[in-house]
Amino acid sequence: MDFAFMQEAFLRLIAGVPLTLNLAFTSIAFGAIFAMLLALMRMSNIKVLDWPAQAYVFVFRGTPLLVQIFLIYYGLGQFRPTLDALGLWGFFREPYWCAVLALTMNTAAYGSEIIRGGLQAVPHHQVEAARACGMSGFLLFRRIIFPIAVRQALPAYGSEIILMVKATSLASVITMMEVTGLAAKMISQTFRAVEVFVVAGVIYLVMNFIITRIIMAIEWWLSPHLRRPPAIEPRLEAAHV
Amino acid sequence: MRILKALGLTLLATTLSVGVASAQEKTIKIATEGAYAPWNFTGAGGKLEGFEIDLANDLCARMKVKCEIVSQDWDGIIPALNAKKYDAIMAGMNITEKRLETINFSRPYASGPHGWGVLKGSPLEKLAGQGQRLSLDKDPDAAKKMIEDWKPMLKGKTVGTQGSTVNAQFLEKYLKDTVTIREYKTTEQHDLDLAAGRLDAIFAAHSSLKASTEKPEFKDMEIVGGAISGDVLGRGVAVGLRKDDAELKTMFDQAIQAAITDGTVQKLTQKWFKIDMTPQT
Amino acid sequence: MQQLSYFELVGFGPNGWGWALLTATGMTIAVATCGFLAGAIVGTFVAWGKIGGNAPVRWLADGYTTILRGIPDLLVIYLFYFGGSAALGAIGSLFGADGFIGVPAFASGAMAIGIVSGAYQAEVFRGAYQVVSRGELEAARSVGMHRWLMFRRIIAPQVLRYAIPGLGNTWQLVLKESALISVTGLVELLRQSQVAAGSTRRPFDFYITAAMLYLVITVVSTYFFQRAETYSLRGMRRAS
Repeated sequence: MDFAFMQEAFLRLIAGVPLTLNLAFTSIAFGAIFAMLLALMRMSNIKVLDWPAQAYVFVFRGTPLLVQIFLIYYGLGQFRPTLDALGLWGFFREPYWCAVLALTMNTAAYGSEIIRGGLQAVPHHQVEAARACGMSGFLLFRRIIFPIAVRQALPAYGSEIILMVKATSLASVITMMEVTGLAAKMISQTFRAVEVFVVAGVIYLVMNFIITRIIMAIEWWLSPHLRRPPAIEPRLEAAHV
Repeated sequence: MRILKALGLTLLATTLSVGVASAQEKTIKIATEGAYAPWNFTGAGGKLEGFEIDLANDLCARMKVKCEIVSQDWDGIIPALNAKKYDAIMAGMNITEKRLETINFSRPYASGPHGWGVLKGSPLEKLAGQGQRLSLDKDPDAAKKMIEDWKPMLKGKTVGTQGSTVNAQFLEKYLKDTVTIREYKTTEQHDLDLAAGRLDAIFAAHSSLKASTEKPEFKDMEIVGGAISGDVLGRGVAVGLRKDDAELKTMFDQAIQAAITDGTVQKLTQKWFKIDMTPQT
Repeated sequence: MQQLSYFELVGFGPNGWGWALLTATGMTIAVATCGFLAGAIVGTFVAWGKIGGNAPVRWLADGYTTILRGIPDLLVIYLFYFGGSAALGAIGSLFGADGFIGVPAFASGAMAIGIVSGAYQAEVFRGAYQVVSRGELEAARSVGMHRWLMFRRIIAPQVLRYAIPGLGNTWQLVLKESALISVTGLVELLRQSQVAAGSTRRPFDFYITAAMLYLVITVVSTYFFQRAETYSLRGMRRAS
């Protein structure tokens, strides 16, 4: 292992981290909103809402993300005149937005199932208690169902966030120069695959480690009822002596 | 544990015996990209075709060896050669100083200039040097002046090129501050993106641009501006070989020389490129 | 110029890519299956290490799953593709074999998938093992079963039964991951679609076809996993 070279590789690859995180978090944010919508559609018990949501989730979970990216980027490029007429071409022209769209649509499909699981896991008696207090509609959702569901869904959603950070690497195939893109480029210039990929791997591991810690901190903050009560300091006893 | 060991040893032995066996039969594995028409491409039904496929078969007949042509992504074509995945590369690869640091080359078997492709009606149609062909090695001043003449028109444009090629190196070296460079994995992908309107122009080998414009699917594409060669654009297209494979280099050098002398290269370049691309020595 | 209709394009006629796409689909299934089986072997050993290993073995097994789940699969595939045969070449010359020991794209792809999915399968197996009742293991030990016999007769059949749903999920992951192998040039479904899209300038038609073919594989394999699940539970009492 050549450490001088690895240091150089590190400095070049670290430049891709902002784009990697940008892609990941933009699509996670949009994806979460969309996922919420899909979860509500699926739980609405209305067939015309439930059925399309189910089909959507099936299609996006059943096909590789790389195919989805190619379909959106190169595939929709085939319909440029139509998109132009609709005024959407400005959006699809940019590889960045195509990547964000593909990642968003993909994570929404997985996220909706996680959210649905979380919502379904809200204990019934809590909802009944809230109703008994006179809560209903949006207030009930905002104060009782949503916070409990989020707490239940957070561990699974945490894994989804890590998966998304990893998935951004696929944006490199549509010319986005994030960490993997830069790594592939550096390899083609230096032909030192192993060293470059060790460095890239470490960068991803560190990013994901930090994100995992943040999610764990949020989990801890959201579940005060599971924490042990603070230890009582022995000061009182000392006073007796 | 014993079973595991036995399994591991058998596996290793099988791999080794396969490896040794293929070495004895004197089969040469040649890698090509399969996505770089008309040099090498995949036709309907997935069969490899193109100038380099024809030439490789001809060279192998001259060298009296059995050849197997495999397709390989451009990105990894050099590392995989050094990893002994195959023994030679024939994929429209130019000889460059940078590549010579890692691999060796035979003598060139074809050479051609590089230039710009745009969609018909593009403002870049008036790019300087139309019809001219300049070499950065033989005529550096005129060639550099042509590049300077391009700059005002290209300012702020988005240009697509295939990653890790001489074309990308050329853009990096001469036009980095003028244009936004987007790197693609294959030329087919940048053709698609030019056609879709995501790119203002593409920079590629004239041979490959010409092939694209001749396809009915890409008839709205055209070649504009001057043609350029030399310096980072390389000294011609040659067979890429491992550095320690001197024997194979001698074999290829002789076979290519023979193919050039008896006009096979001229015939094949005429067939595939419609022009003679025999390297001048 | 007459444009080909969608069905001429992906059909089996002279200008059609139908056969090429079908062959490529076969390749996708083949590489995914090999990767999945390799992953099952890796996963079994890693799960074993996590459950029964001593401290360093456990530490290694945990490190393996953490790393493999933390870095992009694309990176692992690149690493195997470029790094794999360099390493094998080095081992080969150690044994005095000077031949070309190249790992073909298929083998390196299947291996990469095996290594990645092994990390997931290890967790599936570990979870399933924990459901196997302790009493049965003790009973097996008390009748004098050896480790290997106990594994074969008691542990493996039960773990497999509980693991089927989890394995089904991993299989779907593996199937989708196989698309990433297209970057190494293996002509599987996605790679073939890319080639066809590039040469016909009809990317949408080909990528949508590829997506549909992936869905078909998903549906068919889900059906088989469900059948396997029902079959494996045939001796179990229903809860309700």
